[in-house]
Amino acid sequence: MDELRNKVKALLEAKTVNVVIGYEEGTGKKPRAVFAVKPEDAAKLIYDSRCVLNLAAYITKHEVKAKGKMAITATLPVMRSIIQLASEFQVNDNNLFVIGLTPDNQVIEFKNLAEVETFIHKFEISIDSKYKEALEKLDKMSRTDRWNWWINELAPCFKCYACRAACPMCYCHRCTVDFNQPQWIPVPSHELGNLEWHIMRAVHLTGRCIDCDACANACPLGIPINLLNKRLLEDAKKHFGGYQPMLKGDHLMSTFKPDDKENFIR
Amino acid sequence: MTIDKRILRKDSLEKLFNILRENNRTIFAPVEHNGKISFKASGSFSSVATDYIQTTQSSKEAAFPRTEKILDYTKTRDNINASPFDHNQIPEVVIWGVRPCDAMGIAELSAIFNWDLKDEIYNQRLAKTTVIGFSCMKADESCFCTSVGGNPGNTEGSDILLTRMGEGGDLIAEIITDKGAAIVSFAGELFQKSEEGQKEKYLADVPVKFNRDEIRKKLDKYFESDIWVKQSLRCIGCGACAYVCPTCACFDIQDEIHGKSGSRVRCWDSCGFSQFTIHTSGHNPREVQSQRWRQRIMHKFSYMPERLDVYGCTGCGRCSRACPVDMNILEHLTSIQEVTL
Repeated sequence: MDELRNKVKALLEAKTVNVVIGYEEGTGKKPRAVFAVKPEDAAKLIYDSRCVLNLAAYITKHEVKAKGKMAITATLPVMRSIIQLASEFQVNDNNLFVIGLTPDNQVIEFKNLAEVETFIHKFEISIDSKYKEALEKLDKMSRTDRWNWWINELAPCFKCYACRAACPMCYCHRCTVDFNQPQWIPVPSHELGNLEWHIMRAVHLTGRCIDCDACANACPLGIPINLLNKRLLEDAKKHFGGYQPMLKGDHLMSTFKPDDKENFIR
Repeated sequence: MTIDKRILRKDSLEKLFNILRENNRTIFAPVEHNGKISFKASGSFSSVATDYIQTTQSSKEAAFPRTEKILDYTKTRDNINASPFDHNQIPEVVIWGVRPCDAMGIAELSAIFNWDLKDEIYNQRLAKTTVIGFSCMKADESCFCTSVGGNPGNTEGSDILLTRMGEGGDLIAEIITDKGAAIVSFAGELFQKSEEGQKEKYLADVPVKFNRDEIRKKLDKYFESDIWVKQSLRCIGCGACAYVCPTCACFDIQDEIHGKSGSRVRCWDSCGFSQFTIHTSGHNPREVQSQRWRQRIMHKFSYMPERLDVYGCTGCGRCSRACPVDMNILEHLTSIQEVTL
């Protein structure tokens, strides 16, 4: 912890960055985001296994960006999010400095995003075994049973969009669901409205989701919406060999080969 | 009317539930799903959750559903036929297991829905709703009803308030309103006349954390304070706090169009959303989160008392529990009380 605090303090003292996004102790024994702007703020920073909130969601937040150059204390899922965001031109070496918090409790000051990319590629994105079991259970259901299961699970959704707000990849200024002329997705939270929202969310994240579970953790109603993303992660692995966020390269859902064996894509 | 105090034996609770069902009451009761407890139309007593401090969602949906179809229409060549809301479709509802903070919230919600225009659908739903409150025997660190005019055994807003005399014990029943008396009239034998039991000693201890009138006075001068920027930086602008709140009443009107016919629907909305106040011109008077967060606090602790003579917060603590990023309202209110300009 001291190593982390000293590094952050040094960054703020040297004015290398204007703000450091990190974790602090919150209420109810849960860590929360803190925005350190003065060297003495570094003393608030913490890091332990409870720090699962994906801080990368703040990088694209208008009010945080307005502070200028930032640094972020980044766990593996946060680092993955950062590289994905960089590949989508949302951050770059000029506006973000990454302090890595590695799975084996090291604190690494990365010189640039390319180093972060090299680091995250050491770890494969692989869904947890308990979710693999949950997906297998769903696969074994009949089509009707599976449909009914999802309708029932999505029924409580009241469209607070906490899942969207907590997801680093949902940074659009105006989301498709916020359009009402035309209204692409039904606004009310009824059966069809909920279904369309959650399917749209999952599909927009295909090939981009880095499996951090921020969406499910944010849901105040405990809806297992991350299962949709995990299904698509597994499908991407099976049909396209999986993916890793990359600074340069093609995205799974926005590229095709002219000589693709499938007809529909031509 | 004066409060009629009776005793409900512990095994009479299930009988009461069944008698209500037999008398065509739709019962909204706390039911557990995925580790969260919410009010749901419940058909069996065994499905009703008993061990909870507070439900995840408030009971406001009984009178203010998240999605309310207010009219259907069909367009013909030269006319539009609209069929308005059918009031006969509103069921007789009993909300079961409402905490006193939620029951108190009904008056606050009603103040908004009757401020200027009297909202017919809301009022008719409420008229057909009976509230069976359950006093709180335990509280958690998010609870602060005693700081906003409530208490764990508050009768305000309930038609009947039940207080358990210890874990698994018999219940003190306070019959507060005519609606409550109506229930006693068809389940009379369950409500025994008795003088036993003082509810106070069974109630949860909820310490007073701040003075809401003091906060209100401060807010008059704090519109331009930088406290809003500081507090709201970690807010991610979702609507979880508003949707679980027993007094948040903002809604949006949407048309769902299917060719030549369609429906007009009222759906929940939230002042925390970035596009809540966006104008047709593109101008947004609340363009940053700090302005939206300020609105939330100001509305509940300044504008509502000023215009409606009620505060907009019951201290239920739901927003703090539901917030994915720990925007703890009690912590923020306490810091507003402590700060000096």
